[in-house]
Amino acid sequence: MQHTSSFHFKPYNVGRWLVWGIFALVLVLAPLVWTSGLSQIMLTQMGIGIIACLAYNLLLGQGGMLSFGHAVYSGLGGFLAIHTLNLATSGALPIPVSLVPLVGGVAGMSFAILLGYVSTKKAGTPFAMITLGIGELIWSMSLMLPEFFGGEGGISSNRVIGPPVMGISFGPQIQVYYLIAIYCFICTAAMFALTRTPLGRMLNAVRDNPERVAFIGYDTHWVRFMAFVISGFFAGIAGGLGAINTEIVTAEVVGAARSGAYLLFTFLGGATFFFGPIIGAVLMVVALVLLSELTKAWLLYMGLVFLFMVMYAPGGFASLIMMNLRVAAFGKLRQLWTAYLALAGTALTALLGASVMIEMLYDLQLSATLGSHLAFMGVSLDTKGVDSWFGAGFVILTGVLLFELSRRSFKQQWDGVQEEIEKDIKRRETL
Amino acid sequence: MSNAPYALELRGLCKQFGKTEIIRSVDLCVKPGERVAIIGPNGAGKSTLFNLISGRFAPSSGEVLLHGARIDGHKPYEINRRGLSRSFQVSNLFTRLSVFENIRCAVLWAMGYRYAFWKFLADLDDANERTDEVLEMIKLDKKRDVLATNLTYAEQRALEIGVTIAGGSSVILLDEPTAGMSRSETSRFVQLIRDVTVGKTLLTVEHDMGVVFGLADKIAVLVYGEVIAFDLPDAVRANERVQEAYLGSVVAESQAAGVHV
Repeated sequence: MQHTSSFHFKPYNVGRWLVWGIFALVLVLAPLVWTSGLSQIMLTQMGIGIIACLAYNLLLGQGGMLSFGHAVYSGLGGFLAIHTLNLATSGALPIPVSLVPLVGGVAGMSFAILLGYVSTKKAGTPFAMITLGIGELIWSMSLMLPEFFGGEGGISSNRVIGPPVMGISFGPQIQVYYLIAIYCFICTAAMFALTRTPLGRMLNAVRDNPERVAFIGYDTHWVRFMAFVISGFFAGIAGGLGAINTEIVTAEVVGAARSGAYLLFTFLGGATFFFGPIIGAVLMVVALVLLSELTKAWLLYMGLVFLFMVMYAPGGFASLIMMNLRVAAFGKLRQLWTAYLALAGTALTALLGASVMIEMLYDLQLSATLGSHLAFMGVSLDTKGVDSWFGAGFVILTGVLLFELSRRSFKQQWDGVQEEIEKDIKRRETL
Repeated sequence: MSNAPYALELRGLCKQFGKTEIIRSVDLCVKPGERVAIIGPNGAGKSTLFNLISGRFAPSSGEVLLHGARIDGHKPYEINRRGLSRSFQVSNLFTRLSVFENIRCAVLWAMGYRYAFWKFLADLDDANERTDEVLEMIKLDKKRDVLATNLTYAEQRALEIGVTIAGGSSVILLDEPTAGMSRSETSRFVQLIRDVTVGKTLLTVEHDMGVVFGLADKIAVLVYGEVIAFDLPDAVRANERVQEAYLGSVVAESQAAGVHV
């Protein structure tokens, strides 16, 4: 959050306590508001995702390290955790379930020490390529070492060990949720604290200008390496929590798809702000659980959203929020709402047209045997008829055209508002 | 600190890129507290010399001694930890950090905080005080919360010097600190450099003869990778070889431009 020095809540420390208080409150109250089984599973996954994405953003946003293989550390943490859980179940290792995620953390950290020493020697593209290589290496090992990785079926376990302690057996999902919520809060606070320490700040400096860092006494390799190890630790904790939550760990947790999801959703949430990955993690679970239920073409929609964000809002949702908060703080958000309405309306129109076409295409490819009629938002579409294709194309064209027009007028208004704000700031400075 | 007679000493320093000799056997002895300006035509190897001293490049042969100890071939951060700091010709800052953070980053190692992740920056009173002190010295205290990328050119040059001197190094290398500045900014800047380098050993690369004669105790003239003169300003001005090789034309030019040297 250090990039928003021009905007912060007035009594600074009160503001910070308030933010952390609300975060804790949300973690406590969320499962009481969303009580269904599905939503509790989703909330649990969100808690894990928040830790994983924040850990990933230590590299991406804080340190400027683009990793394509961070699932290696969360995944290996998960495997070590599930093996530990099995040892605990068999009575060979007396360790409470609540501490198993820490085993995952130490495992993630150990592998980060081992593998990260090599990758952090480089920055930029070489770093990214090395992480990609290490990711592939571990993935191929998962096929070669079925004793450890469990082969196709993975390693399963049972999180309920012995009699309940103070009524807690970790049998019910809600108990697992609160365990994860506690870990989530502590890990988030610890990672935020890290951004306020000498190492955290030097990590930002290494991101901005590694060359200069070397001339003020710091070894850039060591700064990157330490951040990498710390990130591996938190990723391992996320992996360990995942192992407890699902009671099964399969090789896909170290795979490239998982690594890609961390990158994608951390970016979507916003890598330039500390809290961006929290938004990203929530989106990740919503997309992976809900969107994938809703439509078979969900990956395509995700790709479109990603493209759109990279092009128009490279700071992710967090930067969109902060930019609008800034406008609101200067009392100018009112000037923009009609433009926002136009943007939303035209974007939805274009999206509607596009999704009709995408769904019809998928229907043609995947459900051809079930006839050519597709139910879409209560309307029956004929996937083989010219009308529906023509209609969809027309809607897309109109939507895109109007969207581009309203985007241009929005940009004009937005730039105008920003100029006014700059003038306001200058005026305040001279007072 | 050792009792070496020289703060910085170069012995037979050579650097080749491929077959091209950029620096040819440079010898130079700088006493503690001296201000030395290195001048020379474009391509003479001034910046390369700085890069060799500060550890950006390793020399092909020869020695660099800082307070009597060899530093040639060492990494830039090792050399910096031994008390040598440099600035860059093109501002080399932490663009997405504020002015205050830029300076604070530069004081952290010298104050012994190293890679600490168990201490909050806000609690490091000595580092924060030193940072404020430096901000006042370079007259950027009013811009402390501005991102480095949003500063004006002259402010970025000032911050560049601030980052260089903040760690308290005893030997300071400034690479064209006034490049691209207006006349009035330059004279203000010369005073600023004087102020922030009191009691330090200073080497600067400079094109502006006004700055050179205003700032330096001694002048080293570098031509085609060789030091052809290293003496007091008046002696250098009178030196025939220097006039022949370089200075004469520049003095004539700058006199034509109305600068009193």
